[in-house]
Amino acid sequence: MDVDLFISQLLNGLSSGVIYASLALALVLIFRTTGILNFAQGEMALFSTYFTWWLTDLGLPVALAIAISVVASFVGGAFVERVIIRPFEKSSPLVIVIATLGLFLALNSLAQVIFGTDAKQLASVFPHTVWTVGGVRVSSQTVGLLGMLSVECLLLWLLFQRTRVGLALRAVASNPESCRLLGIRVGAMLMFGWGLAAALGAVAGAVVVPTTEALTAASMQGVLVFAFAAAALGGFDSPLGAVVGGLVVGVARALTIQYLAPLDNIELVMPFAIILGVLLVRPSGLFGTARVERV
Amino acid sequence: MGGRAGLAARVGTVVIVVAVLAWLPQYYGTTDTALFAKALYIAIAAMGLNLLTGYNGQVSIGHGAFFGFGAYTTAILMNDHGWDFLATLPVVAVASFAIGAAVGFPALRVRGLYLALITLGLAALFPDLVTKYVHGTGGTTLVQPPQPTSPSWATGFAPQNDQWRYYLALAIAVVMFVIAWNLVRGRFGRALIAVRDHEAAASTIGIDLARTKVTAFALSALYAGIAGSVGVMITGLATAGRVETFQLSIDFLIAIVIGGTATVAGPAIGACLFVFLEQAAQDAFPRQPLLSPAIFGIGLIVLLFVLPDGVVGGARRAGRRVRQLTRSRHRPQLDPSTTT
Repeated sequence: MDVDLFISQLLNGLSSGVIYASLALALVLIFRTTGILNFAQGEMALFSTYFTWWLTDLGLPVALAIAISVVASFVGGAFVERVIIRPFEKSSPLVIVIATLGLFLALNSLAQVIFGTDAKQLASVFPHTVWTVGGVRVSSQTVGLLGMLSVECLLLWLLFQRTRVGLALRAVASNPESCRLLGIRVGAMLMFGWGLAAALGAVAGAVVVPTTEALTAASMQGVLVFAFAAAALGGFDSPLGAVVGGLVVGVARALTIQYLAPLDNIELVMPFAIILGVLLVRPSGLFGTARVERV
Repeated sequence: MGGRAGLAARVGTVVIVVAVLAWLPQYYGTTDTALFAKALYIAIAAMGLNLLTGYNGQVSIGHGAFFGFGAYTTAILMNDHGWDFLATLPVVAVASFAIGAAVGFPALRVRGLYLALITLGLAALFPDLVTKYVHGTGGTTLVQPPQPTSPSWATGFAPQNDQWRYYLALAIAVVMFVIAWNLVRGRFGRALIAVRDHEAAASTIGIDLARTKVTAFALSALYAGIAGSVGVMITGLATAGRVETFQLSIDFLIAIVIGGTATVAGPAIGACLFVFLEQAAQDAFPRQPLLSPAIFGIGLIVLLFVLPDGVVGGARRAGRRVRQLTRSRHRPQLDPSTTT
């Protein structure tokens, strides 16, 4: 086996894994705070990415455009929670799933109506350089993406473990009723959680698009499937799991494409085989906490 | 409502509804008939998904794949092997049931949202499988079988081919709904509901959890497969884009949620509402076809807000309210439908 080729495929996989991990993190954030699986997460990221593109189209530098888009997405995400999700607070999970699917359809088509259907190009925020380390070509994209993910994780960890807001978020996820009694504003925390997820989506979208051919209305749908796979693999309530899951799924995909010829064009088999395997052995995911049921 | 009078009233309602459905293509033109036929096959698939999601509590967002499987099986058998449309149905039924059972096995370990994810994978994978293994018209994945035409003995009521196809779809839909109605009222239906509401309790009273869940999955796959066959018969085209497969899976879910989960009439009403709302959203802004999913999505959210338990659930609540107002206040009535 060609070692250099293997390593370069591994790096390829890691960089797409970072993208899956970012979106999976967003899914996990929402799932942890609200117990909802947000099927519109990809389309929320898509909308943010179109917004980022629009800002760069106005002449803003990419980094600034992403920063503005992240802030705007935070506000948008909080708004979505308050206006669309909150009214269904007491409904059955199925109704909430349908509501997020409605949001999915609406956001996808609104993005096309507002920003146009033609394919858009979005410049990468990372410089294009390739280093050669011992025969393996390492692109600055990969390094940048891995760095970005590390920073994201660090910030989230600090937020959740070292701030009052983070403590309140964790408390709300664990027991909303008690929080309300303690004077924590549960509604505000839920909005904060959704806002955070939308902001993460904006970052993920802005880094995924330059690695694909162009920004179109379908850009995020494929990514979302892999992000779901990543979140399921890691466990829906574990941010660490989302990151590890994302990287594993990314690498597994890259290696499947390279080495498993019979799976040509149906590489999707791989992440789902992984999910299935993991769920059969450990239904709560690799890092998730098992649910104990009281009869 | 119960006993013989209730049953008679229900059968009467069904006869009237079927009569109206049978009259539709006599009055409306080709375009509308195609729309009604679409409502019929969406209703079949939604009924199947309702067995799984509504009665058994297992959410699937991958039934578009089973629909596609049925569509391709019928299309290929008719196109490449010269089969008659009706002859393909048993094949589709058996094959979809078997595949559904195979896919349903993970459902024994994987529950709720995780199951939804596995089925999402099914919807994402199916188009890739089709692209890899199906070689249709001009090397694409499209398969266009010959559509059934109106036989000579039917010229009296269905002179046009599209009318004949509508009647075929209607007949199949009626058969499938009668089967479903009988299933959910019997032992199996009670088992489905018991497993949904409380697994542990259900297993203590002797319900085989594994068999019930896998059978529910397999049956819903069978319904989706048959719906796919009917769909291909109506549209004359089997296709499996990534978007279409996912969209169909969502469509079935939407139909049961707006119609009313865990009811027999729900999927039928929901499918009709769905097809017409979608059409209305398209007609509202004919120059802006892109806006229609937006309007539809927002409309869906509003509808969920107004009628969280669907049209049938809303109607039942309204009916109870009316009965409470008209009956004596000294005898509080216990409605059997609230127990589920």
